[in-house]
Amino acid sequence: MLAYVIRRLFATIAVMAVVAFFVFSLLYLTPGDPAAVIAGDAATSDDIKRIRANLGLDEPFLVRFGGWVWALLQGDLGVSIFTNLPVTHLIGQRVEPTLALTLCTLLVSVLVAVPLGVLAAARAGSWSDRAVMAFSVLGFSLPVFVFAYILITVFSIELRWLPVQGYRNFAENSFWDWLRHLILPSIALGTVYIALIARITRASMLDVLAQDYIRTAQAKGLAPAPVLVGHALKNAAIPIMTIIGIGIALLISGAIVTETVFAIPGIGRLTVDAILRRDYPVIQGVTLLFSAIYVVINLLVDLSYMLFDPRIRF
Amino acid sequence: MNRSLRIFAAACLAAAATGLAPWAPAHAQQKVLKFIPQADLRILDPIATTAYITRNHGYMVYDTLFAMDEKFQVKPQMLDNYEMSKDQLTYTFTLRDGLKFHDGAAVKAADCIASIDRWSKRDALGQKLAEATASWTAVNDKTFTLKLKKPFPLALEALAKPSSNVPFIMPERIAKTDPFKNIEDPTGSGPFKMVKAEWVPGNKVVYVKNTDYVPRKEPVSWASGGKVVKVDRVEWIYIPDSATAAAALNAGEADWWEQMPPDLIPLLAKNKDITVKNIDPLGSMGMIRFNFLHPPFNNPKMRQALLYAVNQQDYVIGIAGDPKNGKPCYSYYTCGTPLASEISAEPLKGARNLEKAKQLIKESGYKGEKIVIIDATDQPIVHAQSLLTLDMLKRLGLNAEVQAGDWGTLITRRAVKEPVEKGGWSIFHTWLVGPDMVNPAVNFPIRGTGEKAWFGWPTDSKIEELREAWFNASDAASSKKAASAVQQRAFEFVPFIPTGQFILPTAFRSNISGVIIAPIAFLWNIEKK
Repeated sequence: MLAYVIRRLFATIAVMAVVAFFVFSLLYLTPGDPAAVIAGDAATSDDIKRIRANLGLDEPFLVRFGGWVWALLQGDLGVSIFTNLPVTHLIGQRVEPTLALTLCTLLVSVLVAVPLGVLAAARAGSWSDRAVMAFSVLGFSLPVFVFAYILITVFSIELRWLPVQGYRNFAENSFWDWLRHLILPSIALGTVYIALIARITRASMLDVLAQDYIRTAQAKGLAPAPVLVGHALKNAAIPIMTIIGIGIALLISGAIVTETVFAIPGIGRLTVDAILRRDYPVIQGVTLLFSAIYVVINLLVDLSYMLFDPRIRF
Repeated sequence: MNRSLRIFAAACLAAAATGLAPWAPAHAQQKVLKFIPQADLRILDPIATTAYITRNHGYMVYDTLFAMDEKFQVKPQMLDNYEMSKDQLTYTFTLRDGLKFHDGAAVKAADCIASIDRWSKRDALGQKLAEATASWTAVNDKTFTLKLKKPFPLALEALAKPSSNVPFIMPERIAKTDPFKNIEDPTGSGPFKMVKAEWVPGNKVVYVKNTDYVPRKEPVSWASGGKVVKVDRVEWIYIPDSATAAAALNAGEADWWEQMPPDLIPLLAKNKDITVKNIDPLGSMGMIRFNFLHPPFNNPKMRQALLYAVNQQDYVIGIAGDPKNGKPCYSYYTCGTPLASEISAEPLKGARNLEKAKQLIKESGYKGEKIVIIDATDQPIVHAQSLLTLDMLKRLGLNAEVQAGDWGTLITRRAVKEPVEKGGWSIFHTWLVGPDMVNPAVNFPIRGTGEKAWFGWPTDSKIEELREAWFNASDAASSKKAASAVQQRAFEFVPFIPTGQFILPTAFRSNISGVIIAPIAFLWNIEKK
């Protein structure tokens, strides 16, 4: 297994190198000029030209790409064109909110979706199954931002229970203050994942529940709960784990809308802001980070299969 | 777990839950003003960019030698006094006592000279002052002189320029930076200090009261007078989504929202704890800008034709949503300021005359060339104007289309000098705040310096001559006359078309008082109960 992990990690480097080249090339070709944004509305063409020269943006593609790769190899992601702050510092500021939002959402999603999926499968065709599926359709159909505004209106403006926006650093604030800023965003972001995971859990469980060994377990007189959890759910876990893994990756990208609506200073907002301003070093830095996260999550999901199915070995 | 350990754990949890933990922020008991700014602060250098948000940041941390008051009078700000020689060629400036930078160093004459020098390399009015300047000399730490080659009546007005670029005073070590390179150190001598360690670009900027700041004794008026800070800390919380910003103000999570979109006014006006107000006496001016290098708008008749078709009332409603938040302004200068007039504005005002416009288009020899309006859909003011102009051009039978993108794309594309077939453009829209259009010196889109002019690159030596004559006007009457001559020429040459004057209202909670009526949201004098 160790050899497999090492092989996958080496593959990660290759994937990231390809990503780096494509991102750099695409940004080079994309219309937009950070010098024009820096100069402001009143600047002249000459002003912009001079700022471009100062930033090294007038250099040929290969010189810029080579310089960036060389710095990257030394662990330097560069400096934001606008704020003059290191990209690693900007990413460092934004990792905690996104991580907190993603983990809370994942926790809410799994804790709600898996029992709902199991319940729906165990009572397939009943009103509770239909209710779960109806909720699932609603979860897929309702745009995150619409649901977010509904939550804000009800829980923040009308009831005044939870804050409208913002994020509180975990280390510098009370646990409750930290948590209460994440409740509404996690629910808003989690709904679609609850729907997704619940549907997959139901489908996977229905498939497993039709197997002979389940019938055997029931015939042996086992109670429904041990059959569902100990026998069925464990064997239905691989597709569920796969979808949770994909979900984490989707959550990170899905967090962009949630972070914007709830004004959470996360990686998603950093990415969007950087794209709008053409802050090339930041865009390149976060893209590399995203690709690394995707690859690592995929690896972890693959490894987790061994826990649920002893037949799988790498 | 033994009993005492359980009690300790319970106490810790309770403290954590109620926010009384020892790691709770130290500023919890301070008077904190939570302010939602118009944009995200990304660049700290108010000389390297003309972005208004950076200008506003500049007013927080820096001070100026002079400032303009609400009557457009120039008042000393960092200066104790100043003198002008009888031949109007030498100015002597003396700094006030007790001026200190945030790092504790005293403000010296050398700091002021270096700051003005850097500013005058970027700002149009500063460049004009530099052209007339023979030398800046430090007499001693508190006194310095400006020697001119020829009288420059606007010298003090230049140093009191209220909007971008503002001649802010920085420490000499910072002001020596290349003016085309962003400074990183926000050390100034202004009423607030920026806490750079707490700066999260895209989210929060934190300022604390500069306790060393010595305000002037005069009452506050625009950027002049006593800048008395009445809160301990100001947090700029950038909320990109306007519905969320409105909700945050409604719920009391923010105290003041600098600029709100008009469609949210009814929502906030319902809350009795919130005041929605127009505090900007000058507002902003929208505009249609042409590309003078290529057909069809390289022909003055085509530009004149549009003067007869533009209905400013439509643009004001399109931008501001409600006629109460704007008005037509048939002038090339900000309406409500001393030089504004309706001289030669007949083609732009009154009933719209599409027949006359069509006749001028015919006379121009328009051959159906494609007109490309570049639009930024992420900027509502630009987008609304683009759609209205497209509709107007279609009604005139012109071959027009909108090419939409974001603001980042628009400001890059407008620098392209090629024809539309090769990625160029014919028209773009933007807006300027009132102070940026008050006279021919600051009104940069009016200029006709060709390649060196603003995007669109108009060439008109006549308007430049008239502008130069305005600079030499020695009194208010001759200044007004010279400015009117510039406007008269502008209505012939049509460097751009003003689309009206509008105000984006501000909204603040009732626990806030002392909001200054000014074209910029100044945060001194604000009291929070």
